[in-house]
Amino acid sequence: MTRTLLNIKDLHAEIEDKKILNGLNLEVKAGEIHAIMGPNGAGKSTLASVLSGKDGYEVTAGQVDFDGIDLMDLDPDERAKEGLFLAFQYPVEIPGVSNINFLRTAINEIREYRKEESVSAKDFMKMVRERSKVVELDAKLASRSVNEGFSGGEKKRNEIFQMAMLEPKLAILDETDSGLDIDALRIVAAGVNKLKNDNNAVVLITHYQRLLDYIIPDFVHVLADGKIVKTGGKELALELEEKGYDWLTK
Amino acid sequence: MTMNVLTETRLGKFLSKLNFDSSNALQNEAFDALRNMDFPTTRDEYWKYTRLNKIANADLTVSSGILDFARLSEDIKSYIVSDQYIVIENGIYREDLSQFDNNKYDVQISQDLESTSANFADIFQTINTAFVKETIHIDIPKNTIWEKPVQIIYINSGEGIMTNTSLVITADTSTKANIITTFIEGQSGNLSNHYTEVSVSDNANITLDKIQIGNGWYIATENVTQQANSTFKINTVTLSGDIVRNNLNIEVEGENCETYLNGAVITKGQQLVDNHSFVNHLVSNCMSDENYKYVLDDKSTGVFNGRVVVQQDAQKINAYQQNGNILLSDFAKINSKPELEIYADDVKCSHGSTTGQLDEDALFYLQTRGLSKDKARKLLVSAFTGEVFNAIDDENLSALILKVLEEKFDWTTD
Repeated sequence: MTRTLLNIKDLHAEIEDKKILNGLNLEVKAGEIHAIMGPNGAGKSTLASVLSGKDGYEVTAGQVDFDGIDLMDLDPDERAKEGLFLAFQYPVEIPGVSNINFLRTAINEIREYRKEESVSAKDFMKMVRERSKVVELDAKLASRSVNEGFSGGEKKRNEIFQMAMLEPKLAILDETDSGLDIDALRIVAAGVNKLKNDNNAVVLITHYQRLLDYIIPDFVHVLADGKIVKTGGKELALELEEKGYDWLTK
Repeated sequence: MTMNVLTETRLGKFLSKLNFDSSNALQNEAFDALRNMDFPTTRDEYWKYTRLNKIANADLTVSSGILDFARLSEDIKSYIVSDQYIVIENGIYREDLSQFDNNKYDVQISQDLESTSANFADIFQTINTAFVKETIHIDIPKNTIWEKPVQIIYINSGEGIMTNTSLVITADTSTKANIITTFIEGQSGNLSNHYTEVSVSDNANITLDKIQIGNGWYIATENVTQQANSTFKINTVTLSGDIVRNNLNIEVEGENCETYLNGAVITKGQQLVDNHSFVNHLVSNCMSDENYKYVLDDKSTGVFNGRVVVQQDAQKINAYQQNGNILLSDFAKINSKPELEIYADDVKCSHGSTTGQLDEDALFYLQTRGLSKDKARKLLVSAFTGEVFNAIDDENLSALILKVLEEKFDWTTD
């Protein structure tokens, strides 16, 4: 039987007393790609924030099991150490912090947490060289300050580069397609497809169907008013593109 | 010769305990000047944010004792960053502990004060002139490049003492040198009053690194003059001290000069660190670039006052000034006052001051990559000060600063 990586049951969450998630259920198994679509304000990005542990969101009910662990008990860094990754809709620029140095620190903290040996400088640089190629990220960008002065496309590619470096069990890509031109979209999608295997899973949060032409989902969910209102196969995305969301939310 | 002092003023009381006994004419002139002065209060604009009550009311004496060789050499060992170093304990040169090649590095110690550029309108420069015991002269002769930095290690070993030190750096034409001053040890309740003069001649390139690691009250004044085509760079790093006040005065007298002022202040507890800088552009075609960063924790206070004056005849000046501050606690405070006074009409000047907390979004971003909150915070703080620390060329000194940050502030830098 395939391993369940993420199991969200009846999740309720609010921010500043405003209810955003209202009993959301979602199960993601290893080897699967799920797309979560929905109108603006449906709670898509809130779901990403709650799962990654951002401050300011209060979970009022429900459980999130992540590969056998109660995710809501963990700090954001512990979630990462357990194998959760979030690709940001708006990657943060951090002047003065070198992209590769911080990644090396991150990888070594993760390895220490998992009681594994730390990565040597040589092996690490080899990883950087190989994996920056996955998203055609210039090696020079990899060594600059995190996202500083990167174009929109470079920022998104840097997210996927970091995903390649950190090898998560579950990656949540929050609107990774937004702001990408068609070439960048292809590169990012190709990167995600290369990283995908039978032991990990991807949750794509997206507003538009176009990313799903390149990353083919096993399931498409429609999120509206804080819960999943419809689930289907990849063909659902096309239907949504055509008909919009109104027919589902009325 | 002894003199009667008016004891009605706070300064009078302060001075009466110090047994002024110099027969040197300059020192007597300085002491006379003190009779008409008093400690400034916060009503004085120049001292608005720095209260001197604790210093003024302290029962300070001039130290007579010194530590034995073994004890002191152990104390300074981990702070030595160059193989050319001079140790000054309680204002007195320790030949037994110092090490430098006098054939290559011209360092002289003089007991008799012959001249000074000290400003007798300034209380601490005047106290220094009156009470200083020895002056270190560093002379960089014409057309020489000093390969190694010359380090001066200041240490205070007494309790409740006032120490005055004087350093005169004279760089002749076409020279290059790096002087490092490290104030490494002292106890709370001691006052260190440092005075430094730097003359930078034509085509000279002088770097002064000034690192403050010791406790106590610390007042330092640098009076710098720059001649044509010269470069002067000062990096001031303050990592300790109960009250620290740096008065940096730079007169740019020759054309085509470059002046760099970098400062980093890292505080915790109840520290107060005040940097006052003054760059006076007297002539045309020069640039100055000032960048001070403060990271303030607990109940500490920072003061930044950067004054740049571009005089009427000084055209084509590029003057940049930046002060950035991070407050790590709700109780930390910064008073930032950038001042530009421009009397010329063809100049390019900018100044700015930013104060904030650590960027929460950046913190969260790093956490989602697996860095603990604590580690992410430290990484962001060290990135913030990175620009200033990167301005320090000497690798040994950079390593010393990082070591102190790791030991004292539990920083992480990778």
